Amino acid sequence: MVSRADRSVLSEWWWTVDKPLLAGLIVLLVGGVVLSLAGSPPVAERLDLDSFHFVKRHLLFFIPTVLILLGASLLTPRQVRRVSLIMLVVMIVLLIATLFVGEEIKGARRWINLGSFGLQPSEFIKPAFIVVCAWLFFENAQRPDIPGNLFAILLLAILVALLVAQPDFGQTILVTLSWGALFFMAGLPWIWVAAISAVAVGGIFFAYSALPHVGERIDRFLDPSSGDNYQIETALESFQRGGWLGQGPGEGLVKRVLPDSHTDFIFAVAAEEFGIVICLTLVLVFGFVVLRGLSHSLGSEDRFSRLAASGLIVTFGIQSVINMAVNLNLMPAKGMTLPFISYGGSSMMAIAFGMGMALALTRNRPRAALSRDRAERWSPVARPG
Amino acid sequence: MTATYAGDYHFDFAETEAKAPAVTGRDPSRLRIRLVAIGFALIYAVICGRLVVLGFDHTAASWRMGGPAAAVAAARPDLTDRNGEILATDITTASLYAEPRNIIDADEAAEAISSVFPDINTTNLRHRLETDAGFIWIRREITAEQQAAIHRLGIPGVGFISESRRFYPGGSTASHIVGHVNIDNQGIAGIEKYIDDRGLSDLHQAGFALGGEMAPVALSIDLRVQHVLHDELAKAMERYQAIAATGVVLDVNTGEVMAMASIPDYDPNSPAQALQPDRLNRMTAGVYEMGSVMKTFNTAMALDSGRVSITDSFDASRPLQVSRYTINDFHGKNRVLTVPEIFIYSSNIGSARMALTVGVDGQQEFFRRMGMGGRIGTELPETALPLLPSRWTDISAMTIAFGHGMSVTPMHVASGAAALLNGGMMIPPTFMTRSEGEAQLLATRVVSEQTSDMMRYLFRLNVERGSGRSAEVPGYYVGGKTGTAEKIENGRYSSSLRFNSFLAAFPMDDPQYVVLVVLDEPQPERPGLGATAGSNAAPTVASIIRRSAPFLGVEPQPVGTQPGALLVTY
Repeated sequence: MVSRADRSVLSEWWWTVDKPLLAGLIVLLVGGVVLSLAGSPPVAERLDLDSFHFVKRHLLFFIPTVLILLGASLLTPRQVRRVSLIMLVVMIVLLIATLFVGEEIKGARRWINLGSFGLQPSEFIKPAFIVVCAWLFFENAQRPDIPGNLFAILLLAILVALLVAQPDFGQTILVTLSWGALFFMAGLPWIWVAAISAVAVGGIFFAYSALPHVGERIDRFLDPSSGDNYQIETALESFQRGGWLGQGPGEGLVKRVLPDSHTDFIFAVAAEEFGIVICLTLVLVFGFVVLRGLSHSLGSEDRFSRLAASGLIVTFGIQSVINMAVNLNLMPAKGMTLPFISYGGSSMMAIAFGMGMALALTRNRPRAALSRDRAERWSPVARPG
Repeated sequence: MTATYAGDYHFDFAETEAKAPAVTGRDPSRLRIRLVAIGFALIYAVICGRLVVLGFDHTAASWRMGGPAAAVAAARPDLTDRNGEILATDITTASLYAEPRNIIDADEAAEAISSVFPDINTTNLRHRLETDAGFIWIRREITAEQQAAIHRLGIPGVGFISESRRFYPGGSTASHIVGHVNIDNQGIAGIEKYIDDRGLSDLHQAGFALGGEMAPVALSIDLRVQHVLHDELAKAMERYQAIAATGVVLDVNTGEVMAMASIPDYDPNSPAQALQPDRLNRMTAGVYEMGSVMKTFNTAMALDSGRVSITDSFDASRPLQVSRYTINDFHGKNRVLTVPEIFIYSSNIGSARMALTVGVDGQQEFFRRMGMGGRIGTELPETALPLLPSRWTDISAMTIAFGHGMSVTPMHVASGAAALLNGGMMIPPTFMTRSEGEAQLLATRVVSEQTSDMMRYLFRLNVERGSGRSAEVPGYYVGGKTGTAEKIENGRYSSSLRFNSFLAAFPMDDPQYVVLVVLDEPQPERPGLGATAGSNAAPTVASIIRRSAPFLGVEPQPVGTQPGALLVTY
């Protein structure tokens, strides 16, 4: 055990970090490795790879993911802001680059090849974007002379444009929803909440009528007989076959025919092999992480930290909710990974980066540290000493 | 500028320090974060709820992909009649397969296999064995000698899998009821398909039911009565040179089908016969213009409507002209007839007039009430939709009154008649055993008890004095209604092609069973004789009742005593 008297960085971290939240995240990461054993071999076999190809890569990513998670949680709010700003700029450049040098997979350019690892800038940009927006909203309230809200809106527009160009509608929706939630939490007047909701509803109708593939998916959700619902029906069968206690590890059959069983439909695979009880447990862990994170960020005296942490947590929550709801046919099909559970190096590391920052921002910091941090930021003149 | 920021900061900080609660109140983000947290809690609760619902959902669809386990014929429960006599059972056989990947010499293997199965296509087999496949069937369900012979050959890369094969000891006796299975022992017709649809295939998917004990499924039919019905129908078909015959014995108080047959039928042990077009189950899957037996329903409708009393009379002295149609009587009396006379002389004119008294809407409503608006809902998957007139005009009403212009399955007629005779309660027919108590829960009243009493009287009257005399079985008080319909040939009603039926019930003082026999295109027994329902369908019913009543537990009453219920005079 680390002594409280020890004032080293690590000791301070140990005594201030929200350990239950960290434990929840580690449980999810380990659960992801276990479920990878269930979900990914059929996909690897379909691709004529070694059965455990994806399991091995998942394990390979596990180490850097944990390091990123812990490393990010060591940052101070100032560092969080700076790292995010740098990350945002770099990732915007890379996003633009994907349009030109990106590897086209299934009709979309989302990845930049780095040897055997495909970097997906759209994953890494999310946490950075949320932190920077939180800062802008905070600045807007703090310093009326800087139009932070306007910058945040412009930033969203740039990001959405880049994501749609890939195209990647799943990330677009996630980013927009998270941004909206952040704006809401930043204290958007109710009249504007109503107006933006109206625009969002309008946007959905527009997408429904103007984009044929979006319209089709919504039609198929509303009326399952109107088209091919193969993935969703298969996913539901997976839950029914699994029952409460599941078929047992390795006994899943539905996963052999379920596309993306290691990413978008890992939840259904978990149900078939490990049972609905395990799925409920997963939902409870996700719920715990989100609610714990939000309530903990409430305790933060610093408004920026509060906003940024809750924004990061909300992004994580929305992503988990969309994935599970699609698996359970509660909403139209939309490809979205289940945070920390689904296979995907970029996704795992980016989420670890985001949640690590959330951990950093929710650390219990004494007011003195807070004021020191603020003082440094606001006025070199006021710096004590 | 810098100074201003410092000032801002200090102001802000001081405020936070001094009156923290007030700041909290002013800062909306805390409230907003709480709202977002509540939202997430609700969404996660919905997801948990959905998972719980799925956990309790045991109606899992039969899984389409079916692994190798599903390809192997799986065990099925025995089917028995109501007394436990076996109708269908599993026997174990071996099936021969090969793993071409492990075959060393395909030529030699093909040669050796064809020495045991001389009828096998050797060239084709060699090609299949030369592939790199992991598994192929060579021959399913082989005999024990063939298995031993292959075994002695010692070919590497071939093996046996035990499979269950379905066997029907009764052959064709109850073929249309039990149905049959395909080579993988999956039910594809009749009750076999019904039990699969009810979850047996799920059981197979789950890996159960691969040979363990399964409780036999008891059907409502009585194999002895089934045999009598099948035998009598076959005899009648031969005797009257009909192209088909179908019949049913139905318990009026429970809706249980005691026996049902439709000939020509097939042997479920070689189900390929079932594909011939004339082998359909005419009782539930064929629709016909049933002819005069439908006057039963017309009369009950008129009496139950309250607009016609059994003592009323209708003018049948001359043909009824409606626009360009003329309605004639077959056994014309050419006078005013009372309602019972219309029934026993089977007057088309009188029936049409009775239908007009009730009206088109009343008739439509009545036939729907009798279950003729939709498929008959039994366990059998083979059912047909009745053909109703697309425009239900006065002309339709009049022709439907005597059984033309609307096509229903014979089973509709039998189950409707059961409701008219059992006191007025419609009970859906079933092929599974059912007690009277269970039947009461399903029953809906369709006509009054008085109407039912009058229908019993009319049925009995028709056998004592009317067209059904040859259906009389001494002691059993048979009652019934004949139907001799003309079939449509080249778009016109033909006078030589008939569709005869006799709708009977017994004993009429307390009806227990409805018996319906239909003969398709019967010929006169000898040239010069008629081929009306009274001369062929009615005696067939009499034979069926005479032979099966003892099995059905109906005791004959001493001939000569009149049953009390019929002493009522109308």
